[in-house]
Amino acid sequence: MTAVARPTTPPPVRSSRTRLRDWSDLHRSTTIIVAMVIVAITMYILPLFPPLTFIQGAGTWYDAFANAGVFVLLAMGLNVVIGMAGLLDLGYAAFFAIGAYTYAYSNSPYSHLDLPFFPMLVVGAFVAAVFGILLGAPTLRLRGDYLAIMTLGFGEIVPIVFLNLDQYTEGTNGIGGIYRPEPLAFTIPFTDFKVFDLGPFSAISPFNYFVVMLGIVTVTMILLYRLQDSRIGRAWNAIREDELAAAANGINTVTTKLLAFALGATTSGLAGVFNASKLTIVSPDQFLFTVSFTVLAMVILGGMGNIWGVAVGAFVVYMIQVVILKNINTVLESIGFPAFTIPGIDLHVDLAKVPFVEFQFLLYGVALVLMMLLRPEGLFPSQRRRQELHIAEEYDDGLGETTDISAVLAEAPAPERDPSSFDLSDDLKSDDLG
Amino acid sequence: MTAHASPAQPSRPYGRAVRYTFAAAAAIVGYCLILWRVLVIGGALTAGSTIPDAFVQGFTRFDGVAGAFLPQSIQQTVNALSIGSIYALIALGYTMVYGIIELINFAHGDIFMVGAFTSVIFLGGIFGQNGSVENIPFLIFLLAGALIFTMPLIGLLNVAIERLVYRPLRNAPRLAPLITAIGVSFILQNVALVIAGSGDRSAPQIFPLGWQLKFGGASISVLSIFIFSLSMVLMLSLQAFVTRTRLGRAMRATAQDREAAALMGVDMNQTIALTFLLGGMLAAAAGVVWGLRFGYVRQDLGFNSGLKAFTSAVLGGIGNITGAVLGGFVIGFIENFSSSIGQSRWSEFLVFMILTLVLIFKPSGLFGQATGDRA
Repeated sequence: MTAVARPTTPPPVRSSRTRLRDWSDLHRSTTIIVAMVIVAITMYILPLFPPLTFIQGAGTWYDAFANAGVFVLLAMGLNVVIGMAGLLDLGYAAFFAIGAYTYAYSNSPYSHLDLPFFPMLVVGAFVAAVFGILLGAPTLRLRGDYLAIMTLGFGEIVPIVFLNLDQYTEGTNGIGGIYRPEPLAFTIPFTDFKVFDLGPFSAISPFNYFVVMLGIVTVTMILLYRLQDSRIGRAWNAIREDELAAAANGINTVTTKLLAFALGATTSGLAGVFNASKLTIVSPDQFLFTVSFTVLAMVILGGMGNIWGVAVGAFVVYMIQVVILKNINTVLESIGFPAFTIPGIDLHVDLAKVPFVEFQFLLYGVALVLMMLLRPEGLFPSQRRRQELHIAEEYDDGLGETTDISAVLAEAPAPERDPSSFDLSDDLKSDDLG
Repeated sequence: MTAHASPAQPSRPYGRAVRYTFAAAAAIVGYCLILWRVLVIGGALTAGSTIPDAFVQGFTRFDGVAGAFLPQSIQQTVNALSIGSIYALIALGYTMVYGIIELINFAHGDIFMVGAFTSVIFLGGIFGQNGSVENIPFLIFLLAGALIFTMPLIGLLNVAIERLVYRPLRNAPRLAPLITAIGVSFILQNVALVIAGSGDRSAPQIFPLGWQLKFGGASISVLSIFIFSLSMVLMLSLQAFVTRTRLGRAMRATAQDREAAALMGVDMNQTIALTFLLGGMLAAAAGVVWGLRFGYVRQDLGFNSGLKAFTSAVLGGIGNITGAVLGGFVIGFIENFSSSIGQSRWSEFLVFMILTLVLIFKPSGLFGQATGDRA
């Protein structure tokens, strides 16, 4: 990167907002912890009061939050693969399944094992990572679209294998009666004093799962942010932009891509272990392509490459799916929404009887297409991703009508960022593309 | 091994088509023979022989019951050819689109599914058929009508999808059209789900299943022969179109180098639309024969068939029309083989393993030429 002359004097007036942002850029992990504590408190308090209590009880809300956390984890993991490294992984649910079955084998009457939950989180993630490497090592040499179809096939056959090997996996019924995690309570040594005593995990007190999930999401988020800002994260960005150029600059593209793939699988495996311990049953039909597709839609909606954006996107999409789509019929019915007839074509419409839940994948499909056409950077875009998506559009819009890229770049707002961080737009500006 | 290899390739006495035909014929005969022996072993096992004994019989018995397995394996082969031709028809759409704009059109399998539904609407809805039609002229009328009704409709649907969602993304980053294609696939699937509901919907099998050619204990259904011949006619017409006509030449030129073709005056948008039209029409034909052969349609039909058809296209070398057809037949044989030894639930696994192995060891496909950038 050639040196670009920057004004050395800081801008004289700095708003508190700017200062907060600068501070959070410097202390990212602390910021995440503080933010997650605020989120946790909000999520703890909100369901206790109207209007949320009208929809469902507080316990059901915590349960939904914990389930949403599974998808937040999945989306953050897939974001590493798609958003950071630019690899399209369509078989993401396979690693979810592998994590879940790992926990099922280690903690169920089926295998007569009862291993502790928290170490198993790591083990399940590790097993998923191993499978990620096994799938990725031969296939990541292929070009992007072949990788997509390979992962699609992998995602398709993993449930088939779990289904067909019924002497080891109980087939369609799946492995049931998985043990729940041991209580969180932590006894202070040499005393009887217990801290963090939330009682046992059970179906009727989903609050524990909610707390554990918040912990997992926080840790994962901190790790992913640190990775994103590290050398590896910059290598992923470089590969996503131009694999050839990245390789020419000394990045081992296969290893780096494999790392992204394995990390995505790891996160997915974590989510799988948690999900298995929460549902207490795993069966092949929990891991069909629709799961991979849902997570993909979450990542695209949230904004590829932006970790918190993806997390928020996943949470919102899941809550829409679970709360709004499921309850819309009940709500419409209870407020007595009238059925009406559209005159002319004589179409009788009764919204209270429309099965909105069946429409969810249709909605995801429409959302995916519209997002790609209108706002490919997602609802909460990362700055870098937005620039590159729009520059690529304007740089070569049709044959023979090439816009001067330097003009486009000059118009693009200069990103305010720490000068030591890897800044791609500077590369473009100073290099010979103009 | 000589120290100085001659640069000139040895001249081949036959053209590519002749060589492929011979290879395919040899493969079919070989497959018949292998399947014959497998069936003998299977029969011996069912009759209670021990495993080593069954294998000995597999290599030594050619009499009596074992002899009757030969016609049966011919019957299986015809079945495999008819399934394979359905996959081949779908695979052509994948391979042509990939050849021209290097996009894996994930929605293509669902285009096929919509074609199958449209054919059901034509035969069952418009003409009210729900069983076999013995009256030959009427049967021909119905079949031709279904094809003529479905093919342009689905072709135009495919063109419309291209125009609305793929064309605006033609110069976007690679990931964008791929993700869009997945979105389109889900839209088609779920529109079908909302309209037709989940689960199997019966499709009118107007072609009489009772028409069988019987010989030596085997019965070969005329339907399978019809499906195979229809697909061969369609594929040969496609081949003729691509190699003989001006538009076909434009397609080939675009596939080779889009910019250069545009500079030579080829209308890019028209050519790409034409490719989608042809791909959609072939998928629609596959949809029509699917209904005739299997007697059901379902909204998620396109997903699995699409994956298998894509594997066929990769197997034959993506972008290569002849290769896609041969790949389709190979997949048909594999599927039929796995069901004839009673393991049809593993057929998807097998197909996926083949896809993996081909992509790892010979990404240019079995019949394709290495084109550097293609894989």
